[in-house]
Amino acid sequence: MTTALQIRGLRKTYPNGTEALKGVDLDVAEGDFFALLGPNGAGKSTTIGIVCALVNKSGGEVRVFGYDIDKQPDAAKSCIGVVPQEFNFNQFEPVEEIVINQAGYYGIPRSNAVARTHSLLKKLGLWEKRRVMARELSGGQKRRLMIARALVHEPKLLILDEPTAGVDIEIRRFMWEFLSKINNEGTTIILTTHYLEEAESLCKHIAIIDRGETIENTAMKDLLLKLNVETFVLNLKHPLAECPQISNYEFRRLDENTLEVDIEKSRGINELFAQLSEQGIHVLSMRNKTNRLEELFLRIVAGEAA
Amino acid sequence: MSLYFVIFGNLIGSRLGEINGMRYIDFIVPGIILMAVINNAYSNVVSSFFSAKFQRHVEEMLVSPTPNYLIILGYMSGGMARGLTVGLVVTLVAMFFSDLQVQNIALTFTVVLLTSMLFSLAGFINAVFAKSFDDISIIPTFVLTPLTYLGGVFFSINMLPEMWQKVSLLNPVLYMVNAFRAGMLGVSDIDVTMALFIIVLFVVALFMVALYLMKHGIGIRN
Repeated sequence: MTTALQIRGLRKTYPNGTEALKGVDLDVAEGDFFALLGPNGAGKSTTIGIVCALVNKSGGEVRVFGYDIDKQPDAAKSCIGVVPQEFNFNQFEPVEEIVINQAGYYGIPRSNAVARTHSLLKKLGLWEKRRVMARELSGGQKRRLMIARALVHEPKLLILDEPTAGVDIEIRRFMWEFLSKINNEGTTIILTTHYLEEAESLCKHIAIIDRGETIENTAMKDLLLKLNVETFVLNLKHPLAECPQISNYEFRRLDENTLEVDIEKSRGINELFAQLSEQGIHVLSMRNKTNRLEELFLRIVAGEAA
Repeated sequence: MSLYFVIFGNLIGSRLGEINGMRYIDFIVPGIILMAVINNAYSNVVSSFFSAKFQRHVEEMLVSPTPNYLIILGYMSGGMARGLTVGLVVTLVAMFFSDLQVQNIALTFTVVLLTSMLFSLAGFINAVFAKSFDDISIIPTFVLTPLTYLGGVFFSINMLPEMWQKVSLLNPVLYMVNAFRAGMLGVSDIDVTMALFIIVLFVVALFMVALYLMKHGIGIRN
């Protein structure tokens, strides 16, 4: 399978001496939906900035669909669409013009650019706002405008740097569906996010960067297998005066109707429910205390820091 | 600009008598037109490119395969368009105060085009280095205005003591004003061929500097 993005030994040292990247390696296959995670300041945005020619690298090699960004920058750039973390469009330009002009930067004739722009604005729910000045859009609309702008030249690789930061859940879900759809249609997507639920539900592969180094780069399902213990919260029908005593399970009583329990993956939860039923404890509902990926992410990053 | 014509041309100029064999107001018209072209070409590019950096929409171009020379030419064309439009308006206003008769149309157009080109590129370079709004006003205020005023807009360098005449030759604006005046009025304090050579030299040099800055991302990329 073709590699959409290949990064080898990527280094970046800022003029003030800060070493943002210490040799990042990354491989993203064509058609993948790839999550790039890491704490704030880990080097995710710097990595993306280098790939998109917005940051000068200090060392290493980056190839986009085989094109070296140093030797064949134009070919590499033509393959990429980028949605940055910060709004970076002209606030005093109408929505439609922003997208059409972006197509022009890729050499797309105006008639084609207009047709593509109209199609994208309709798909992203911005059609009614096409003649509005960009500064008048809401936060969610601005995010969608940046997605439309990034897609107007039909890139093979779409890079999104925290695209759903600060948008409400309805728009977030809409964006998830939209991104899944274009990924199914063949666009490779790289996503950085702090919403780990987002990464877990959308992405097939994942890399974690911390302090400028790749500390994990694997398939999402393989990573989740590493989580041995999950914590569940149980809502009880009848109040409990004290914690139940069941061997092999450690309970914590949060309030009289709520219990928290750690369950090893190998044990499963049937045995737990059987024993709770024997003691006359009726469970109304249960949920994961934290997102599974969030749990793993915290453990991995904490493990690195230790 | 009308105030220049009223104050320097009519009120003060009428008492100064002739300069290089012509009325003072006729003598200063080319310089005032060129001053408007210089200021507007420069300020258009410096403000629009700095605004693109400030709002970060310059990134729209940087992530695309648009060649650097095309980005520079695009901004330069914008600066030239504004400079030449304002220059045309000032010329129309000048016609109310002076009997304009262009002596050499080709030279006049060549000089005004090259000058607007030169200062658009200078504005671009200023914007590349600018980190704040103050940085885009320092050069026009403390460099461009003195150079323009001392560049022979309001006087002939022959009126200066010999030493200051030589010092004035270091001022590039002097060559543009005199070449433009040669085109419009047929008089110049300096050799027109030399003036054109210097203007072209500056245009090429500034374009190469702008290209270098874009290629290396100085002031633009992290």
